[in-house]
Amino acid sequence: MTQLIYLTVLLPLIGFLINGLLGSKIKNEKIIGAIGSGVIGLSFLIALFSLFELLALPEDKRQVIVNLFTWLKTGGLDVSIAYQVDQLSITMALIVTGVGFLIHIYSIGYMHGDKGFWRFFAYLNLFIFAMMNLVLADNFVLLFLGWEGVGLCSYLLIGFWYDRKFEKSTTSDAAKKAFVVNRIGDFGFLLGMFLIFMTFGSLNFTEVFARASGLNVPTYVFNFIALFLFIGATGKSAQIPLFVWLPDAMAGPTPVSALIHAATMVTAGVYMVARCSIIFASAPAIMTLIAVVGLLTAFFAATIGLVQNDIKKVLAYSTVSQLGYMFLALGVGAFGAGIFHVMTHAFFKALLFLGAGSVIHGMHEEQNIQKYGGLKKYMPTTYKTFLVASIAIAGIPPFAGFFSKDEILWYSYANGGLIFWLIGVATALMTAFYMFRLLTLTFDGTPRFDTHHKHPHESPAVMTIPLIALAVLSIVGGFIGIPEVFSGSHGNLFHGWLAPIFKKAEIKLAHYGSHSHTTELVLMTISVIGAASAIWFARKIYLKNPQFAVNTAKKFKGLYKVLFNKYYVDEVYDFTVVKPILKGSESLLWKFTDVKIIDGTVNGLASIVEKTASYIRKIQTGVTQFYAVIMTLGIAVALFWIILSL
Amino acid sequence: MDNTLLTSYLLIVPLFGALFLIFFPKKSDTAVKYFGLLISLVTFLVSLNLYLEFDQTSSEFQLVDKFMWIENLNISYFVGVDGISMLLVLLTTFLTPLTLFSTWGSIKHKVKEFTFFMLILEVGMLGVFVSLDLFLFYIFWEAMLIPMYFIIGIWGGKRRIYASVKFFIYTMAGSLLMLVAIIWLAVYASEPLGVFTTNLLELYKVGPTVPQTIQNYMFLAFALSFAIKVPLFPLHTWLPDAHVEAPTAGSVILAGVLLKMGTYGLLRFCLPLFPQASINFAPLFSILAVVGIIYGALVAMVQTDMKKLVAYSSVSHLGFVVLGIFALTTESMQGAVIQMVNHGLSTGALFLLVGFIYERTHTREIADYGGIAKIVPVYSAALLIASLSSIGLPGLNGFVGEFLILLGSFKSQVLNSWVYTIFAASGVIFAAVYMLWMYQRVVFGEVKHDRLHSLKDMTASEIAIIIPIFIFIVWIGVYPSTFLGLTESASEAIVKQVLSFSTNVIK
Repeated sequence: MTQLIYLTVLLPLIGFLINGLLGSKIKNEKIIGAIGSGVIGLSFLIALFSLFELLALPEDKRQVIVNLFTWLKTGGLDVSIAYQVDQLSITMALIVTGVGFLIHIYSIGYMHGDKGFWRFFAYLNLFIFAMMNLVLADNFVLLFLGWEGVGLCSYLLIGFWYDRKFEKSTTSDAAKKAFVVNRIGDFGFLLGMFLIFMTFGSLNFTEVFARASGLNVPTYVFNFIALFLFIGATGKSAQIPLFVWLPDAMAGPTPVSALIHAATMVTAGVYMVARCSIIFASAPAIMTLIAVVGLLTAFFAATIGLVQNDIKKVLAYSTVSQLGYMFLALGVGAFGAGIFHVMTHAFFKALLFLGAGSVIHGMHEEQNIQKYGGLKKYMPTTYKTFLVASIAIAGIPPFAGFFSKDEILWYSYANGGLIFWLIGVATALMTAFYMFRLLTLTFDGTPRFDTHHKHPHESPAVMTIPLIALAVLSIVGGFIGIPEVFSGSHGNLFHGWLAPIFKKAEIKLAHYGSHSHTTELVLMTISVIGAASAIWFARKIYLKNPQFAVNTAKKFKGLYKVLFNKYYVDEVYDFTVVKPILKGSESLLWKFTDVKIIDGTVNGLASIVEKTASYIRKIQTGVTQFYAVIMTLGIAVALFWIILSL
Repeated sequence: MDNTLLTSYLLIVPLFGALFLIFFPKKSDTAVKYFGLLISLVTFLVSLNLYLEFDQTSSEFQLVDKFMWIENLNISYFVGVDGISMLLVLLTTFLTPLTLFSTWGSIKHKVKEFTFFMLILEVGMLGVFVSLDLFLFYIFWEAMLIPMYFIIGIWGGKRRIYASVKFFIYTMAGSLLMLVAIIWLAVYASEPLGVFTTNLLELYKVGPTVPQTIQNYMFLAFALSFAIKVPLFPLHTWLPDAHVEAPTAGSVILAGVLLKMGTYGLLRFCLPLFPQASINFAPLFSILAVVGIIYGALVAMVQTDMKKLVAYSSVSHLGFVVLGIFALTTESMQGAVIQMVNHGLSTGALFLLVGFIYERTHTREIADYGGIAKIVPVYSAALLIASLSSIGLPGLNGFVGEFLILLGSFKSQVLNSWVYTIFAASGVIFAAVYMLWMYQRVVFGEVKHDRLHSLKDMTASEIAIIIPIFIFIVWIGVYPSTFLGLTESASEAIVKQVLSFSTNVIK
């Protein structure tokens, strides 16, 4: 099966081609949905069997490269379409196809009746195709193909309802913004690749990483490579300063938000950094930068999430915040913990988005949580699963989010320091708070909508079954990563599984084991108690005393406004970057430089020639006497000159 | 080098086709159309045959044909191909029948004359790519201007006369200096060679021995002519005018093939003939190229006319090619060559698509569109593919060229600085901005103008024209080995030739 891993890439492509080319002819939603979901299901099974095969192999043999054909070969460059199956890539592949499959199924219900049903499934398949290239690639260029490919699909899917308005602009504005901001990151990624090629003479993972740990390369080169690659990651994974596209990406249909903008694509940056762990571990300054950027992103996004009223906006900022956690983990050298959080986050955040989709579906496209309320009796399954996901993300044991988040906090304390841990815990408390604010406002209390005209309903089984599946995963998904403190001699299973991948990087970093288990337990207890209190607090306010929230907002009006408007980052970018470039290009470059100066010079030269010619032309009078006079004068001058020079 | 007529057939077929066309009676437009298409298809087959006969492992000029032409001046008719010219010949013979077919609906008057000029133009373009004698090359180079002048001047838009005269004089001015340099070089070479000759292969041996200062002047005389054709910033202003006024077929050929003459000239003549000068001027040309990449993109971004936007995007794309050439690494040279083809395909497709919709609505203003995705879905999909190809999305052709160029220029010893690449790579961001912004304003959103509701989607023949281009867009993107393999040894040879004279220059 491992040798057939390319099928996990190819099948979604086939699905895309069938639905993309013939979908408008097929029309039947059942067939289109079956094809679209079927290919992903098959891919998942192949990946699963590959996992079993990998598990059966001894630890040092768990890397299989399946080479299909040469892609780019010229000069010193030799890159193939080749897929690498190892512990890290198969983990990611399972997340992508597994969660992807559930979301495909869900979409059959969610997109029912949409005119673009076939188009939606075609794009979704294309996305999985690109994402699988990204996680399975055995070289940087193929990874980049997936990297840009997912960006394209994100573009197509954000703008899926291309004739709709979104906030102040349109969905296609949001789509373009996502693509362009991503491209800014890609620009960094490209430079990183070039520097890697220049330094190591290859772009294949195996060769580059072997040489990175073997060759004697100066640290500043590693710092530059790592910085360039990290710029790429900030684009794709929505970190400061390039996070601005992700909240707008919510213009797309909700399953898209769940799949692309929560579970898979946005974690590509985390995957990439983890994949290049040896490079990053050799660039200590950039590691610190990553940790700081991750921490700040986590914190600031969470503060914004506290006050948003759009159900998807809250979740979007929550995603940005959780991605920040993952980068915090990477930055402090806990690569395994970062990937672990990618996985658990994929479960509970996909579940939250799908749950939100179910609510939006049942509430006839209403997205404002202030206009929900008491929905739990109308949609019990959605409520229960949403509750599970909220507990998971809040970090309450033994749900999945607890294990991964706690691990990150622990490493940020052990390798980063108390400040890192404190800000991390503060973020965790805010997370618990805004999630239960959202949950309470949506499902509890009394309806704040017109019950006579709106009749919320539970979603059909095709949508609720994926919810239940993800809820189960959100509960038990963390058990494979039970920390050493509890599991004792078994150690952390998930860590053990990924350890070979990060071994070289961890040797290089070498800052482990100086802290006691007691400290770990104490810190863990503090953060859990904190999260639980935040939940209690949120429920108390929004159930019993909603006026308190309103009053607080009034009291800190300035702060509230800043948070509600997301620190005005969009406005600042618009004013300092977008507008100047646009205006400058139009008036300075085009209408002045190009038309007036450059073309003006050209036309000016032409008209000088023309003018001069028109004057000289006047000499051609056609009067013979005039010519005779000129000739005589000429002879006189010539004679005079000869006499003088004698 | 055995003589063979295979290469000469490339010129003979369209030339005789064009001459034969003169005898067609008036009002036989349909027959003329079929005949023109047939001739261009036969030429394509001839070039395919040439490709099959071509030996990819050799960097030598192959399939040559040579005989004395002007005995007194020792000037020969001398043609042949290496991997690079082979590829550009294929591009030319591939695009010509497609463009001819695309005019069947749009060119309604003087069909015979139009077809005649198109075939003559093809002769000129192919001649430029296969000439191995500087004098012969110069004749094709100049001859090509004439049919293009008429194509823009007769079948163009409102300001066609202005545009065609500007196009003609602009390019002519550069060419004259080149003629001076050709004669200068040939005279100079007659001493070491013992005979006056314009044979390129002979001059390759002499060029590098020309003293620095004189070599610099000769290089500049050649390069100016090519830089205008590319067009390299700041010599580009003839291009938007020519493109906007030219009929669709003219724009496609202009962007698809004619601009490549400039970059082809740089790598075929400037580099190997004047290696030391090339290295001296590499930073200057690379800077102009990078400025062109960003400038072209920014100016493209704010255009309101679709055709003008695509025209300025050409300035940006060709900047990549020039950067690739002067970075002087095998990777970047290969990238530059493949990017010439890529630009021909993607910009060709874009001009065709803009042309298709212009024929329906008679407007190219972006603001006159909006929301057509719903009305013409096939067209919208086609425009998306062409745009993505132009943006350089991995998996499609544009990426291969840009990536290799940037990769090569980054590690280039001649340029020896990251700065070029860093600025050039920012063009990747702007490309996304101007293409997607145009796409969004034309295709997405609500339908703004009622008359758009009656817009017809692409016809079968329009699809038939665009599909072959798309096939190659994907082919080059997924399996570029077919094309990179063809040009590898030729590109390598040029880079080697230049760098072998440069040991004292690079320090």
